[in-house]
Amino acid sequence: MKNIELLRFITAGSVDDGKSTLIGRLLHDSKSIFEDQLSAIENTTKKRGLSGVDLSLLTDGLQAEREQGITIDVAYRYFATPKRKFIIADTPGHEQYTRNMVTGASTANLAIILIDARRGVLTQTRRHAYLANLVGIPHLVVAVNKMDLVGYSRETFESIVKEFEGFASGLDIKSIIPIPISALAGDNVVERGQNMPWYKGETLMGVLENIEIDHDINLEDFRFPVQWICRPQTGEWHDFRGYMGRIESGSIRVGDEITVLPSGKTSKIREIATYDGPLLEAMAPQSVTLRLEDELDISRGDMIVKSDNLPKLSKEFDAMLCWLSEEPLEMGKRYLIKHATKTAKILLNRIDYQVNVNTLEKEEGLDSLAMNDIAKIGFRVQQPLASDSYRHNRSTGSFIVIDEVTNNTVAAGMMI
Amino acid sequence: MGNLHIIHRSLSHLDILESEAIHIMREVAAECGNPALLFSGGKDSIVLLRLAEKAFRPAKFPFPLLHIDTEHNFPEVIDFRDRRAKELGERLIVRSMEDSIRKKRVILKRPDQSRNAFQSVTLLDAIAEFKFDACMGGARRDEEKARAKERIFSFRDEFGQWDPKNQRPELWDLYNTRVHPGENIRVFPISNWTELDIWQYIEQEKLEIPSIYFAHPREVIRRGSSLLPVSHLVSPMEGEKIERLSVRFRTVGDMTCTCPVESTASTLQDIIIETAKTRITERGATRMDDQTSDASMELRKKEGYF
Repeated sequence: MKNIELLRFITAGSVDDGKSTLIGRLLHDSKSIFEDQLSAIENTTKKRGLSGVDLSLLTDGLQAEREQGITIDVAYRYFATPKRKFIIADTPGHEQYTRNMVTGASTANLAIILIDARRGVLTQTRRHAYLANLVGIPHLVVAVNKMDLVGYSRETFESIVKEFEGFASGLDIKSIIPIPISALAGDNVVERGQNMPWYKGETLMGVLENIEIDHDINLEDFRFPVQWICRPQTGEWHDFRGYMGRIESGSIRVGDEITVLPSGKTSKIREIATYDGPLLEAMAPQSVTLRLEDELDISRGDMIVKSDNLPKLSKEFDAMLCWLSEEPLEMGKRYLIKHATKTAKILLNRIDYQVNVNTLEKEEGLDSLAMNDIAKIGFRVQQPLASDSYRHNRSTGSFIVIDEVTNNTVAAGMMI
Repeated sequence: MGNLHIIHRSLSHLDILESEAIHIMREVAAECGNPALLFSGGKDSIVLLRLAEKAFRPAKFPFPLLHIDTEHNFPEVIDFRDRRAKELGERLIVRSMEDSIRKKRVILKRPDQSRNAFQSVTLLDAIAEFKFDACMGGARRDEEKARAKERIFSFRDEFGQWDPKNQRPELWDLYNTRVHPGENIRVFPISNWTELDIWQYIEQEKLEIPSIYFAHPREVIRRGSSLLPVSHLVSPMEGEKIERLSVRFRTVGDMTCTCPVESTASTLQDIIIETAKTRITERGATRMDDQTSDASMELRKKEGYF
């Protein structure tokens, strides 16, 4: 079978920016919309007294949303071309839904930030760019939409791009790809169209299909959080003891010297077992079973790493935190952290500053955080954690915070 | 040492989806006190079983298999279900809707009524009986628009209900599995797979599937845009006539509302080609119960459906 790659991306923008129409257009022009879906949205368009096909109806999933004409949560969409399979996390652009954007962005390779060509760079554009960058999305597409409503003006496009780049220079974004589009008319989405001969770059679909994503995953630092210990204790498998988990980054070979954290004990890789037979070498993000030369005391939550490439091991951390819960952060309250496969008690002991995501200004002297707030914080963990900075390693640098009483996920964190 | 090989290439989309599903299943095993895996004998749950083998062999599965039987299932599928569970040497629990009907937990208006919607009652009863705190299922987000908005770890309150506006944020691959007593979670390890991915994986893994997934001659009735399979539960209404066509099933569920599509695809390769070309969604073509209203699935999920 032909090998195709997987690209995950998010779309950020408000209903008014034409985000749903853009996704509808991508699905429609890549022939990923099915006839029954098309006839269902034709019916709904008619029921609302409109004509034609409103492509935005494709992504408005829930009854509550259709009644109110809004998008209330992250929705996932799938389509494929002969080159790649795509997963879209469709996130709403309203102010109150920062948490949904962070959620959708956490696993994305690429973000499409939509700007209405008539309105230019808005507060929400800055917020979306800041969040995409905070969550470490490697590639940012700035899609200036509704070009049909500004006469396909090159000047308008260029001035918006210039303003965006001015703002983005204060961030640490690696690659920005601006594209002038009309989601409604289809220009530069899948087909190039006739209206913007001055634009020489790729279409949006061209970027999605061709952008290099091999380097989005850290293949340098071997990190293997232990998920589950396999001890069948029956018949021929009586002495089998394997450490099951997913390689979060890097690669490993039979014979490599490893260290188990936090204990610091060392051994060598005896076997990389899988259901399909043993491997000589394995890489992220494969799920495998590691067997070691020595009998060590290893349990879930431990991390196996290469002895010549150790992560930070500590009980004290600095991190960027995005507060997700309606219940505000209470200093001194006990929370749980889930980091890789380890869950432990933490004490949040410092809020250094909060970032105003609209102005990027830092505000100090706070003792609480509310939903959608983003802040630099310090915390102490009950047991030492093996981690890397989020910039360096998205898997071992990320964590969630859980309220021990309500069991809700209250915050998302990124190690500094 | 014949199996040893070195990876010189990046992983395929199926490799990545497989690893994601294995990771999810191991998280469930490690963090949930008493999980179960929903196995119906359908293609998606057949894929789940292979993923569970990949996640836990050479040990046994750290959970039983659970089937909620509407007793409106195709006999080929039930035979397959029992045989597969036996081959794997895993424990299969079957809870039947007849029990729920006998206990008056389910009251049908007509004996031949579709039982899909009532599965929730029997499922919730089974969850209570065995005190399951997590049920893994083979639902996919590409199936239906309410599914598209559901988390991989989908939290249900003590009434088994899904609240789409109040879902836990799900970031990275860090799943919050904590529940209070009486609450439970539904877990969907193949959320990110599409129908085509499923068929490609079945081919790659050479998985056996019930015969009704392949083209076969069958007596059907045309009703609306669907083909209804004739059985002891379905017979022609006035003005309808029985035709014998070459058909295959894209999903297998309640016999009264699961419809085959016309097809001559007799191999997995044929099915993959048809699936890649098809212009009708899986549920649109095959499920009468999802055609009742725009929000059918959303409403059923709010009642506890998986």
